[in-house]
Amino acid sequence: MSVAPLHLPDYREKSPEVAARFDRIRQRPVVLSLRNLQKTFETKDGSHVAFERLSLDVHRREFICIIGPSGCGKSTLIRIVAGLEDSSAGEILIDGHPVSGPGPDRGMVFQGYTLFPWRTVRQNVMFGLEMRGKSASIADRDARQWLDIVGLGKFEKAYPHELSGGMKQRVAIARALANEPRILLMDEPFGALDALTRCKMQNYLMQIWKKVEVTILFITHDLEEACFLADRIIVMGANPGRVLEVIENPVPRPRSIEQLISPEFLALKHRLDELIHAPGEGEDEKLPVIKLTEAGDEVE
Amino acid sequence: MGLRDRLGLRHELPHRRRLTLIVLSFALPVALWSVISYVPWIWHPRVRITDPGSVDYFTVGMDMDRSVFAQEAANAAKAGLKAPQGYRVNPLYLPPPHKVAAAFVTAFTTPPRLPSEPWLAESLGHSIATIFWGFVISSVIGLPLGILCGTYRFFAKLQEPFIEFFRYLPAPAFGALCVAILGIDDAPKIAIIVIGTFFQQVLVIANTVRKIEPALIEAAETLGARGWRLLVRVVIPATVAEIYTDMRILLGWAWTYLIVAEVVGTMSGITFFITLQARYRQFDNVYAAIGMIGVIGLTTDMILAWLATVLFPWKRRRVSARRRPKPAPGYAPNSPDRFATIAPAPAVPVPADNPFQAEA
Repeated sequence: MSVAPLHLPDYREKSPEVAARFDRIRQRPVVLSLRNLQKTFETKDGSHVAFERLSLDVHRREFICIIGPSGCGKSTLIRIVAGLEDSSAGEILIDGHPVSGPGPDRGMVFQGYTLFPWRTVRQNVMFGLEMRGKSASIADRDARQWLDIVGLGKFEKAYPHELSGGMKQRVAIARALANEPRILLMDEPFGALDALTRCKMQNYLMQIWKKVEVTILFITHDLEEACFLADRIIVMGANPGRVLEVIENPVPRPRSIEQLISPEFLALKHRLDELIHAPGEGEDEKLPVIKLTEAGDEVE
Repeated sequence: MGLRDRLGLRHELPHRRRLTLIVLSFALPVALWSVISYVPWIWHPRVRITDPGSVDYFTVGMDMDRSVFAQEAANAAKAGLKAPQGYRVNPLYLPPPHKVAAAFVTAFTTPPRLPSEPWLAESLGHSIATIFWGFVISSVIGLPLGILCGTYRFFAKLQEPFIEFFRYLPAPAFGALCVAILGIDDAPKIAIIVIGTFFQQVLVIANTVRKIEPALIEAAETLGARGWRLLVRVVIPATVAEIYTDMRILLGWAWTYLIVAEVVGTMSGITFFITLQARYRQFDNVYAAIGMIGVIGLTTDMILAWLATVLFPWKRRRVSARRRPKPAPGYAPNSPDRFATIAPAPAVPVPADNPFQAEA
């Protein structure tokens, strides 16, 4: 039995509402600007190019997803933007001013759990505020408010080891947001979570992003996650890392779980799939034919 | 439960069995000691003479080798003279458990034979003071230096190669030098403990600090932490619980240098007490004094371990990670109605013109 090919719309077709939304986004000021960013690693066998001549403008309150196969340099890119690594060439501008080194204007949520285990949940959220010289009472009040925003007000006195993985990441988001960063960098923040929790976390993140004035740069390798969250999707390819395509996500907002099967969503996901799994790539994934079963005992 | 299951690699033991094993770990050696002491035909290589008989160099209460006694008894029998009498005993250096147990109390209450000799309490106090000052002086320098070496490569490269070399020099080798420089009283003893502890301390603590999760430092940097605040607010709190554990272990090592330190210069402390008691052939007191070092060490360590749970609440685990999770209440895998908790689908009102309905 053959399945009739699914007729999907072109992913570039946008409804007038969606097109108008992207027009409005383009009118907004640029928060983060990458200019000809380049990174090469010096190894024993010469230099290895992680990515080259990468330029990108991120507008205020835009949600950008960077997606690509492993080894395309997307994690290196976000670490350079965060100031945790140096770039080999190019510059990073925040509100038009070049930056170097880590700073509270670029909040970061990591893939692993990076809450400070010796601090309670509330003290974790207070950390950045203390570092910026806020008084204890103001830091305390702000921390409670941010915990309420991520829905963990009840857990302010708990220690990180008492929380589930999803809750830890919500605290990490609250901790990064408490500094009121110009841009929130998220490096596969839900990658270590199970599928159900990840789905919930995407919903939480959407709700938080709506409530808070923040721009988000989000790294993922999960196609659905990118389609569900992003305004624009930057698709990167590997060897050397480069931008393959910048996609304006045609799925209308507000997003909901039902849209996972809408034609726009499927078309977009299909296109991402094509880009990331380039033709001919799957050839070497076939295993050699070695049979250990008796004849007539094959599975379909 | 089979034996294989009981000895299972890293299996968590039930609370009761754990307690039994803890008691056994002390009871087994004591039981062995009791058997040797109280069962007269096991070991007991000496004979205590109750009647010298015809042997002229035997006196009442004298201990003799069993072979010598048997030889003399045989000689007496052959010559038709009166045979010596006696009973088998263990050598003086192995007193039975009850005597040693009693000595734990009597050693404190027995006054010294000479006015110049110390009471046991004084000896112990002297030893504890020596350890305390040696460890404090070592830590005051070693702790900050270890943290600096663990945090900054600059300090690590500047200090560690020399310390690595120095820690191979045995502390007792510095005894004569310490006496020459610091005199014969307590100063050289404290110096020996410092030399024995300090170099290990710097390396061990530097190593612990180096194991900090780098992502924690990166997270702190993206939150605006810089320079010394990164050290004080992140590196130190992140490693303080592990440093505390290191210090507990190092304190144990300091005790091992105590005996060596106390024979440097004028002999003092618990070592002096033990030497005196051995000279007076009060071996029960010797064992009691050695045992007390163990009791003091173990008690200190247990207090410090308890203190750690108060000081570092985030290290307290609510449940043991290896304990099997309890099933949800009501979960019975083999009950026939195990799916009963899944609610049946709600009845959907069927419209009158339902085509599927019409077919049926």
